[in-house]
Amino acid sequence: MPRVLLIEDDPAVQKGVSLALRRRGHELEVAASGETGLLTLERFRPDLVLLDLMLPGMSGLEVCRRIRETMQLPIIILSARGDDIDLVVGLEAGADDYIVKPASGEVIEARMKAVLRRVVPQDPDVDPGRAGPAGQARPHGPEQHGDLALDRSALLVFKEGRELALAPSELKLLLFLSAAPGQVFSRQHLLEQVWEHSFYGDARLVDACVMRLRGKVEDDPRHPVYIQTVRGFGYRFGPVPRPDGGERPRQDER
Amino acid sequence: MRLRPPRGLRVRLVIAFLLVSALSALITAALTFRQARSAILDRTQDNAVHELRAQVDSLAPDLPFPPTTQDLRNFTRQLDRAGTSRDWRTAASYRGGPPVSAPGETRKTEVPAALRTAVGEEKDAVVRQRVEHDGTPWLVIGMPVLYGTDGADERRAVSGLVVYADFSLDGDKADIAALVTAAQAGAVPALVIALGPALFAARRVLRPVRGLRNGAEKLASGDLGTRLPVTGHDELSDLTRTFNAMATHLEQDDAELRRMEATARRFAADVAHELRTPLAAMTAVTEVLDEDARGGTLPADTADAVLLISDETRKLARMVEDLMEVSRFDAGAATLHLDEVALRTLVEKTVQLRGWQTPPGRVVVEVPDDVRVSVDPRRIDVVLANLIGNGLRHGAPPVVVRARREPGSEARDAGGDDLVVTVIDHGAGIPDDVLPHVFDRFYKADAARTRSEGSGLGLAIAAENVRLHHGTLTAANSPEGGAEFTLTLPLALPRPDVPEVEEGP
Repeated sequence: MPRVLLIEDDPAVQKGVSLALRRRGHELEVAASGETGLLTLERFRPDLVLLDLMLPGMSGLEVCRRIRETMQLPIIILSARGDDIDLVVGLEAGADDYIVKPASGEVIEARMKAVLRRVVPQDPDVDPGRAGPAGQARPHGPEQHGDLALDRSALLVFKEGRELALAPSELKLLLFLSAAPGQVFSRQHLLEQVWEHSFYGDARLVDACVMRLRGKVEDDPRHPVYIQTVRGFGYRFGPVPRPDGGERPRQDER
Repeated sequence: MRLRPPRGLRVRLVIAFLLVSALSALITAALTFRQARSAILDRTQDNAVHELRAQVDSLAPDLPFPPTTQDLRNFTRQLDRAGTSRDWRTAASYRGGPPVSAPGETRKTEVPAALRTAVGEEKDAVVRQRVEHDGTPWLVIGMPVLYGTDGADERRAVSGLVVYADFSLDGDKADIAALVTAAQAGAVPALVIALGPALFAARRVLRPVRGLRNGAEKLASGDLGTRLPVTGHDELSDLTRTFNAMATHLEQDDAELRRMEATARRFAADVAHELRTPLAAMTAVTEVLDEDARGGTLPADTADAVLLISDETRKLARMVEDLMEVSRFDAGAATLHLDEVALRTLVEKTVQLRGWQTPPGRVVVEVPDDVRVSVDPRRIDVVLANLIGNGLRHGAPPVVVRARREPGSEARDAGGDDLVVTVIDHGAGIPDDVLPHVFDRFYKADAARTRSEGSGLGLAIAAENVRLHHGTLTAANSPEGGAEFTLTLPLALPRPDVPEVEEGP
């Protein structure tokens, strides 16, 4: 069972969430502030961090950034603030998912499981003719897309030979999109497949993750080559220019 | 076509000003004319009488008394010749006899009988009368001839001889006509000149009025900071001062109202937010409670109590969420995140997510496959879930969801097609007195009915979500008896806040 670090200052929420999660078999450690949370992180080595945003002292956003600097473990924000701006800022800081309080133990666990799942469920909608034998179970070695090399079995991504440090949600999104290059996926679809949210989850989760991902994989995030926006519809991977210097890919269909 | 009275204050002011100046010019001209005319005529008459008297006085002594008709004839001929300057015609009568005039002369005018009588009565006086002959004015003078022409103080005696003279006043008439022409010629430029001050005065009066109007317009359009400069101490400046005072009051009241409203809103949002943290702790453990209560390990009463608490906690959490949502709408903080989706998928997902697809036939979705809409899926899900859930709770299954395209209403811009979605249940419908209130917050259809499953905010939130999409949501009863909700959305929605993903860093 995964080890979870809960960083939360309110004792009642601490108790409630740890009760619910321990009951479900999770190993849980609680930190009441960001500073102790970061210390506990070193010692406890959790598989996942549940993070409140409104903390005394160091803010949850700062904690999130600090963790992201050194680690790629999943971070889920658990906040009483559900306004748009809080959500966007939290996701930009590098969180993989965002849960607005109050949430039942069931919901928290479902989100944790989704984020912890290292591979994306097989997508039945992918056109096999275009995508080939798509999916994560593809046995052969790394596949090359322009400067990007994706190793689906080792779950590693290289750009120009250098390994990229991708957060779990970023990695899953990239693997999912690149499994069917050129195919357009709606935000709702990506939410369902990558985050395992319901159809009506918050699509800004996708947008924020795409932005962070572009910052890591694209040469120029303003003119993306790998993760392209199809205005009014969603996102697609590529088409990526050939390494031999073929024509520049089409820009977004506007 | 009837002439309408002029509308503008300026036109009316100018016209009134011109009327007044025209009237005063007219009165002045009329008085002047009268005075000048009588002065001219009096002078002519006096001259004529004087001249006639001089001639008569010089010729009468040569007349034998009593004169014969021939004498009188000769006398008048001499008088006629003497009066060349005035070209008069004379006649004479003796002791009431018929007037005799010079031979060969056809008299232009008869000596009027009234004049002759008057001369007869006033033996001593010169009588004159103006007569009209062939359209020209004539003056007739009757003058009795007296004895004793020397010595002014001596009492003169009436000789019985009366001399009449008549002559044309054509020359004087021409003089008077010239006066009228001069008055007319003067009046027109005077009116034109008066137009200048009239316009000036109208401007002076109307400028503050226009300023007031502009100020009132600005105030009406919501610019409550509008103040007008006060100049002078007339009635208009009083009005301007009153206007400013009114604007100040309005601004203060408005600020106060806004402040109170903002406070109330913030309070509602704060309350909801503060409730969230304890609710977060409670909600996290509801399943633990449920599990144990259903596990049979607790005493029956405790198990019931625990289940009650966990149920109510969930309801409370939902209600707080709804309150937060409402306060976001009230604060104008609700935003659209548009996505293009297939409508059929949207409706089916809403039904699946709530578990309404079983048993089959409970919710019937009759939506064409090819309709794609640009909406905020989460918000439309809230709307559909509220409408369908409402139909299932208060009406009776099957709840039918239908969608169709309709030409957009002319009133809306672009004039694109509308999407019309109807949700009909097969229950008893909504009572007529409840119908106008179904979208009210916390409206209870029946005062005696206690809380239902919803928060009482569901339909209000649905309506707000639709409004955010520039659509409409109406409630009615279908002809078959059930409640019918109609959701109308513009298919071509303006896209002001599509998240710009591909451009930003």
